[in-house]
Amino acid sequence: MQVLTPRSLAEALRLKAEHPGSVPIQGGTDVMVELNFDRARPETLLNLNEVRELRGWSRDNGSIRLGAGLTYTEGMEAPLAEALPALAEASRTVGGPQIRNRGTVGGNLGTASPAGDALPPLLIGDAVVELASVRGERSVPLPEFLTGPKRNALAADELIVAILVRPAAGPQTFMKVGPRNAMVISVVSLALTVDRDHDEVRAAFGSAGPVAGLVQAPLAELNGFPERVAAAASPIDDVRGSAVYRRKSLRVLTVRAVERCLQ
Amino acid sequence: MSATARTLELGRVGESVKRIDAIPKVTGEFAYSSDLFAAGMLWGHTLRSSHAHALVSEVDISEAVGMPGVHAVLTHSDVPGAKTYGLEFPDQPVLAIDRVRYFGEPVAIVAAEHPEQARRAAERIRVAYEPLEPVVDPEQATEREPIHEGRPTAGHGFRDDERPNVVRTIVIRHGDPDAEADVTVSGVYELGIQDQAFLGPESGLAIPDAEGGVDVYVATQWLHIDRDQVAPCLGLEPKQVRIHLAGVGGAFGGREDLSMQIHAAMLALHTDRPVKMVYNREESFVGHIHRHPAKIWMEHRANRDGKLVNVRARILLDGGAYASSSAAVTANASAFACGPYAVENALVECTCVYTNNPPCGAMRGFGAVQSCFAHEAQMDKLAAELGIDPVELRLRNALAPGDTLPTGQRITGSFPAAEVIRRAAALPVPEPEELPRDALRLPGGSGNTTRGEGVRRGVGFAVGFKNVCYSEGFDDSTAARVRLTASDEELAAEVHCAAAEVGQGVVNVILQTARTELDLDDVVLGAATTSSVGSAGSASASRMTWMAAGAVRLAARAANEELARRGGNLAPGETIDVERIYHHRPTTPLDPETGQVTGDGAHVAYICAAMRVVAEVDVELGLTRVVWIGTAQDVGKAVNPQAVYGQIEGGIAQGLGLALMEEIQTRDGLITNASFTDYLVPTTLDMPPVDAELVEEPEPDAPYGVKGVGEPPTVVSTAAVVSALRDATGRELTRVPVSPDEIVGL
Ligand SMILES: Cc1cc2nc3c(=O)[nH]c(=O)nc-3n(C[C@H](O)[C@H](O)[C@H](O)COP(=O)(O)OP(=O)(O)OC[C@H]3O[C@@H](n4cnc5c(N)ncnc54)[C@H](O)[C@@H]3O)c2cc1C
Repeated sequence: MQVLTPRSLAEALRLKAEHPGSVPIQGGTDVMVELNFDRARPETLLNLNEVRELRGWSRDNGSIRLGAGLTYTEGMEAPLAEALPALAEASRTVGGPQIRNRGTVGGNLGTASPAGDALPPLLIGDAVVELASVRGERSVPLPEFLTGPKRNALAADELIVAILVRPAAGPQTFMKVGPRNAMVISVVSLALTVDRDHDEVRAAFGSAGPVAGLVQAPLAELNGFPERVAAAASPIDDVRGSAVYRRKSLRVLTVRAVERCLQ
Repeated sequence: MSATARTLELGRVGESVKRIDAIPKVTGEFAYSSDLFAAGMLWGHTLRSSHAHALVSEVDISEAVGMPGVHAVLTHSDVPGAKTYGLEFPDQPVLAIDRVRYFGEPVAIVAAEHPEQARRAAERIRVAYEPLEPVVDPEQATEREPIHEGRPTAGHGFRDDERPNVVRTIVIRHGDPDAEADVTVSGVYELGIQDQAFLGPESGLAIPDAEGGVDVYVATQWLHIDRDQVAPCLGLEPKQVRIHLAGVGGAFGGREDLSMQIHAAMLALHTDRPVKMVYNREESFVGHIHRHPAKIWMEHRANRDGKLVNVRARILLDGGAYASSSAAVTANASAFACGPYAVENALVECTCVYTNNPPCGAMRGFGAVQSCFAHEAQMDKLAAELGIDPVELRLRNALAPGDTLPTGQRITGSFPAAEVIRRAAALPVPEPEELPRDALRLPGGSGNTTRGEGVRRGVGFAVGFKNVCYSEGFDDSTAARVRLTASDEELAAEVHCAAAEVGQGVVNVILQTARTELDLDDVVLGAATTSSVGSAGSASASRMTWMAAGAVRLAARAANEELARRGGNLAPGETIDVERIYHHRPTTPLDPETGQVTGDGAHVAYICAAMRVVAEVDVELGLTRVVWIGTAQDVGKAVNPQAVYGQIEGGIAQGLGLALMEEIQTRDGLITNASFTDYLVPTTLDMPPVDAELVEEPEPDAPYGVKGVGEPPTVVSTAAVVSALRDATGRELTRVPVSPDEIVGL
């Protein structure tokens, strides 16, 4: 197995074009698990850790621009945590400290698991994913980027560069249900925001359908909203939980999240 | 090293002593069995069954042997000696012969230059399986075709039970099993499969000795019984097989059975090269036995005053595909089925069956965990029915010295059940914490799921007990050797004992005992190995402290006597070298018909603990936070109090895991969650602070009055935690691990 380590985004895109079968690796907290369990044996790893353009975050024309290499630990730090409180809360639930230091938002999108904890907070921020290749750049709204369980819209020569998100325009929160109190893959999760600017409540769920899903309603329709969120989900039974439990919990979480955000 | 640290490390019996392995384990310098290395070594790999039940018509290795780096590919036909082995009954093939009986059963083994080459070669072995319908429902096992030919466990003085697939049935009849009383409560309880989940996977290194024999370095619990199982399968004399203890990364019963020992030795002897084997995490889940899942039907009859009159219990244990220690677990589950309570009448029936589910055997608590979960739920139910405080009800029935167990065994040693109940109940329960609070201090923890909504508090209580040491006539012993030498006019001692240090701290027990008896500071402990000292017996059944202390004390006193004979001192170069074997008092079998003791008694001694648990439950989401646990435990005498507290906390965590999250899940006999992603063990956020009281009532027969301490916390905490959840939710919660679905009532 060869490991390519580009020093710039341009070099990274060139290498990705030359090696379309290469697997990008950022924090490696998903990629290395796949390798260790022998589920994947890529010939080439594209190590993105030296690509400065993917790091950190910035304000961009009223939006927040998160580099694909933004770690959960960074997501928990002010002032970013104040601009995107649900993402900060979600980041806090991810793994343990070591995983939060290595794991990134871009990697969560790359994996595109229905249980990815960064996804619901990004969805309620109307996130748009910036993709780039030697052919150029394109922006894909997050719901379109997530094409199925562990599937996304990345082309073989493309990399995720950044995610553009709306800063919170009202209270938001994130909640994750798991059978133990830390270090757990979500059985069901919810991000919710009461967005007074847009007179809207937006919620997004994880682990309750093939992809993380977004549900929105005018603030006037808050009453029936928990039912709507539960109805929008299409959970399954698996080793982590039952479909009925997931749907019921989603309703409970939505009620609580709305209450929290209205306080 | 500071002076205080030094005195702490050189403690005598009864002092808190820092474990000699503590610093290296924390800093990562400790060499575990997976860290072993030998020049020129090959790597072994095991090909395992992908079926829970199938006939094996052919194992074709022709392609695998030609793969790069491969030195050997072996199947059952290459097993040099006995083709089967087993801890108590040799029913388990070294490598599958014509049938596989569980998912993950070893079929062939490979040695190659690199572990990856070995793994790839194993993939090229073609096994022709003819799948058979697996027996997965233990309740139907006795009506299905036998999984084993003949009856592997027949003829051991067990009760006759002619039904197919019975490992062992025990019936205990005590008094009048039909005795009636004022009130009756009953329930059906279930426990899922718990795994030992030790962090150091099965691993070891086998090195051929160039004379036809082999040295095996392995993480195990009992070196000599490994040798006695390995040697016949290799067709060697026991002395040609030397087993040496390698760093053990946890055991909890899961290393009582063999794992890679015979396989690595076969590959090493075949290739004439050292061979190392290390299971990965997924393989580890099929590489050892688990705790028996159980279904328990119980009925308690009592008088209005709370006095138990009659306990009727039926226990079904799923032993999985091979016997392992199932027969002994069956005995424990039945012997302790009524709990630490005096009851004049009882009928206990316990059957363990063979199925094609994952094999089960020894795990901390050994049958008593399952029974305790049921009898304590029953005691809470009875207390509610009678309107008597649950602690008071337990006190009124607590067993005491002089009382008789349902097996007819009279308690002759210490048995402070009432005292542990009183002491645990007297521990102050923390006040409810104010809201708002950090999410980490609420059910759901870091998941941030509640700010207090749906949260109810509950307080639970449970008591449990089990025996120390092996039982039913299995009279094991422990050997220790003490060597005294003189240098610079100072005496020094070297102690040899094959007791397995599995993390429990027995190395300190040995050193503290030797220092106490020899009155010397300069005592070192030799490596645990079969080549320098006799058997220590198993680091199991909460017996190792008692037995090691007994053996080291005997040997040290013999050395002292010899020293006195020689005038109290040794000349430089002179040595005294004595080995002594310590036996606990003998036990006798149970009568197969009545389940009553036949001679002195089936058990050596008993240990009990009581526990109070405060838990908060989010009743809308089914999430839990155990807030606090207070316990009082009967320890006889704490040799190293710090280590005893460690055992209590660790044991509680393991029982809490079974109560709340730990379960091996299967579908048609195949394990579906063989990883730490989905087999969840408690984190520090799940484990509450523990207030522990040590009740020291010396055991008359034991050295210094010690008892074992490793198991009671695990026996009791599952029951105690669920008791608190019931109090918080008002639900019956009859199955562990308790699922969120059950808490919310789905
Ligand atoms: C112990 C443990 C606990 C965990 N807990 C959680 C948890 O609680 N919640 C959760 O959501 N996840 C969890 N995970 C999963 C993982 O940490 C997250 O999915 C994380 O976001 C992955 O980020 P990474 O940078 O490590 O990704 P990597 O492993 O480096 O990559 C993940 C995927 O994204 C692709 N990729 C990465 N960067 C790019 C890019 N710039 N362009 C295109 N593709 C890219 C990779 O090719 C790969 O397919 C856990 C993992 C572990 C090992």
